[in-house]
Amino acid sequence: MDMNNLVHMANKIGVFFEAMPDHNDALRDIVDHLHKFWEPRMRRQLLAYLDSENGKDLLPIVVEAIHTHRNQLSQKNQSI
Amino acid sequence: MSKYYDVLSIEEKDFGTPAHISGSLVTLEIDGMAVTVPEGTSIMRAAAERGVNVPKLCATDSVEPFGSCRLCLVEIEGRKGYPASCTTPVAPGMKVHTQSPKLQSLRKGVMELYISDHPLDCLTCAANGDCELQDMAGVTGLREVRYGYEGENHLNLKKDESNPYFTFDSSKCIVCNRCVRACAETQGTYALTISGRGFDSRVSAGQDQPFMASECVSCGACVQACPTATLQEKSVITLGQPEHSVVTTCAYCGVGCAFKAEMKGNEVVRMVPYKNGLANEGHSCVKGRFAWGYATHKDRILNPMIRRRITDPWQAVSWDEALTYAASEFKRIQQKYGRDSIGGIVSSRCTNEEGYLVQKMVRAAFGNNNVDTCARVCHSPTGYGLKQTLGESAGTQTFKSVAHSDVIMVIGANPTDAHPVFASRMKKRLREGAKLIVIDPRHTDLVRSPHVEADFHLPLKPGTNVAILSALAHVIVTEGLLANEFIAERCEDKAFRQWRDFVAHPENSPEAMQETTGVSAELVRGAARLYATGGNAAIYYGLGVTEHAQGSTAVMAIANLAMATGNIGREGVGVNPLRGQNNVQGSCDIGSFPHELPGYRHVSDSATRDLFEQAWGVNIQPEPGLRIPNMFDAALDGSFMGLYCQGEDIVQSDPNTQHVAAALSAMECIVVQDIFLNETAMYAHVLLPGSSFLEKDGTFTNAERRISRVRKVMPPKAGFADWEVTVELARRLGYPMNYTHPSEIMDEIALLTPTFRGVSYAKLDQLGSIQWPCNDEAPQGTPIMHVDEFVRGKGKFIITQYVATDEKITRKFPLILTTGRVLSQYNVGAQTRRTENNQWHEQDLLEIHPHDAEERGISDGGWVNIQSRSGETVLRAKLTERMQPGVVYTTFHFPESGANVITTENSDWATNCPEYKVTAVQVMPVHEPSEWQKQYTRFNRVQHELLSRASQTAATDHLSS
Repeated sequence: MDMNNLVHMANKIGVFFEAMPDHNDALRDIVDHLHKFWEPRMRRQLLAYLDSENGKDLLPIVVEAIHTHRNQLSQKNQSI
Repeated sequence: MSKYYDVLSIEEKDFGTPAHISGSLVTLEIDGMAVTVPEGTSIMRAAAERGVNVPKLCATDSVEPFGSCRLCLVEIEGRKGYPASCTTPVAPGMKVHTQSPKLQSLRKGVMELYISDHPLDCLTCAANGDCELQDMAGVTGLREVRYGYEGENHLNLKKDESNPYFTFDSSKCIVCNRCVRACAETQGTYALTISGRGFDSRVSAGQDQPFMASECVSCGACVQACPTATLQEKSVITLGQPEHSVVTTCAYCGVGCAFKAEMKGNEVVRMVPYKNGLANEGHSCVKGRFAWGYATHKDRILNPMIRRRITDPWQAVSWDEALTYAASEFKRIQQKYGRDSIGGIVSSRCTNEEGYLVQKMVRAAFGNNNVDTCARVCHSPTGYGLKQTLGESAGTQTFKSVAHSDVIMVIGANPTDAHPVFASRMKKRLREGAKLIVIDPRHTDLVRSPHVEADFHLPLKPGTNVAILSALAHVIVTEGLLANEFIAERCEDKAFRQWRDFVAHPENSPEAMQETTGVSAELVRGAARLYATGGNAAIYYGLGVTEHAQGSTAVMAIANLAMATGNIGREGVGVNPLRGQNNVQGSCDIGSFPHELPGYRHVSDSATRDLFEQAWGVNIQPEPGLRIPNMFDAALDGSFMGLYCQGEDIVQSDPNTQHVAAALSAMECIVVQDIFLNETAMYAHVLLPGSSFLEKDGTFTNAERRISRVRKVMPPKAGFADWEVTVELARRLGYPMNYTHPSEIMDEIALLTPTFRGVSYAKLDQLGSIQWPCNDEAPQGTPIMHVDEFVRGKGKFIITQYVATDEKITRKFPLILTTGRVLSQYNVGAQTRRTENNQWHEQDLLEIHPHDAEERGISDGGWVNIQSRSGETVLRAKLTERMQPGVVYTTFHFPESGANVITTENSDWATNCPEYKVTAVQVMPVHEPSEWQKQYTRFNRVQHELLSRASQTAATDHLSS
């Protein structure tokens, strides 16, 4: 899927939660949102991008959030 | 015939005057019988409730009494004269006589005068069998007209046939004023009046204009109120009086009006708003009342069709062949590209039961969660925002609640056009003195129209809702207008304090936001004070809130405002999303979103999944599926190759048409189930004929969470209702579903969904309609939500930081385009464009402020090219000061307009709801259509040729079989 679009979408989620006064809550909520609403292939692609491109163009808070709660984003049931 | 096929009497009782609500009751005697009624009730109504129908002509219970016809005279012991029973209220101990020789003689005299100036063509009159004048002539025992018929009269007045749906025959008018009062009181348009004096008094539209040239909005209230054939549906003139009627629910907007489909056999004669329908209480708009002819339009798709490639001609095949082919293609694609490579779209126009089956088929037979609905592109932010703050993804009130509002705030909604029947209720309350705040970039009708004027209009720049809402909150917090007691008792304390500190920041003040929003700080402060201190304050909002990059943020900001001022949990207040399509609420409720099972329960919740897994006998994936825009991206990526699309036109209604078309062209099997060859069907490989709302049983759920029955009044034109087609497709995918009637599907929804636990067709028949939650705690349903506590327990304030949209104006794109609807057309227009409603709106126009037009040399009616970063299209310009300079507007009712060629893929951060309301554009005069439009015209012509070849084949097959 279009990586630019996924980066853009992830950043907008980051911007929303960045306004929260508690930074740790914000990190958790960002990942929680990605987990609850992004289909696994979108998440896989975002994680792969983070690994290969070192998070280029992703907001620092998004990168930090994913690094902190990465386990939550890994898919539990692989597609068959 | 189904056991739920309800045939109701065509005649509804007319009590003569409206019901009065009063705590104190009055007992009186009518014709020797004791009657007890609420104080304020008219004698006429009290008598009618006791079964005594006092003769009447100018009175009807939809409008206040007028006392002009002098037929309803009665005698009251101890009082002189013969007072009109319609305008005389009951009094304790009153003794009324409705019949005496004197009364009989007076009434007969009145009738004699009426009939002396009325055509005597009863046998050939369209109202024959449904004429109150004729009835009263009978009741009063009129046997002769001593005056003759030769005197001065109105019998030669010309009939006005300008309206496509009804005629106005002044020669049959008895000037009872019912139509004039209906236009004012029920509809609130004031298009009708009485012109002339004395003998020359005549009902007049506008200023003695034909109806179509007047301000008339063709709602039909006058036609319904008319006691004679003066205002008469053309369909009745053509077909004659109906012989039975069936109560059902309108398939247009989210108001969900109840109608009586008045029938002759399987043919609809007319649709009449149902007085006992609680969403509309007997009112209607031009769409529901008159624009139903599409259901039998010649363009209806009546044969299943298939083709290998979208450039091939369609091949008409049997249902079995089409469904078997579709199933085999879906299986092939899954085998080749994986389980997650296909998905489905639930229609927000189909029934709850049909939506439920589509999502069930996707989750159970496709084995994934790739299911979404067109709510994605309209109210998905409502679902998200209200769930986060209040705990439930739905509006909080009944429509009727607005009658208790003191302050009404309308944000990003144009109810007089998009939700007209609710707008009439709202205007009625405004005429009674409620205050009005309108937050809208455009000068909508609500800002100023007859007898309605907004106390505050905040004409913000598109895309700055969150800035305005934060500024309103800033005033409430910093000026000490918070409902502290409510907040302390009902809301989460920590979240509240964080929110309060946030909105109190100077950068959220109206003064600081002024440049961003374009709205003067003084207006914002005034509006905030009024909202917080004006009594019961209710917020009504529409797609002007949700269809933004910050749509979800704005919904949460609205919920914050309501909580901050304690305006939630009782009559007259609340947070009220005005839903676009008839069943947007319902399609969301029954699990159409890729992350939620029915009842808004996340797929990752194992307890909920267990419940459905046991009931359905399958494993359900615990991860969310693709949303509609994600499906398009995945299609272009080669990982999403098959789609089952029921009753939804994604090509016309979704943003960035060229992107959508490219995505669909990349897929290997698209199955479209629709009543017409819509724009999406032109990219389809399997076309399954859909059924209209008249052809099936089911339920719709409107914007007030009201579940109402849809009843079959004619057999499906192509043989099957939509739910039956899904059942057949699922069976061929190896997942049998055993339903014989939609009531069984609702039973399953009720079994598996706590908020629907008490819903059944039997209860719907008994109560008429039910607002969910309906369960053991609320067996009759829940009109007002969050009464003693929020669904989530404590209400949660959420910080709503304003973030400017990416759609920025530049030198190249200096204007902001925003989009919306008009009254006469509906959504993509597939239904209304196939009716006479085109007479009001036959093409989409670009509305532009005269100043912007002059700068560019644009003239009214001239062609203009609208160019955005996504694409360009050409429309005719309409110069209007409704627009603010710098903002242009159009509708998206006609596919050739290409409004969504221009809109971009920007979307709401939380839900991917597209940002239809903000697109940076340039507008310049041109002389020819855009390149896209030329391509569209060619493609459209080819696709229709491919269809007509198939239709001919099918016709030949039928003839030879």
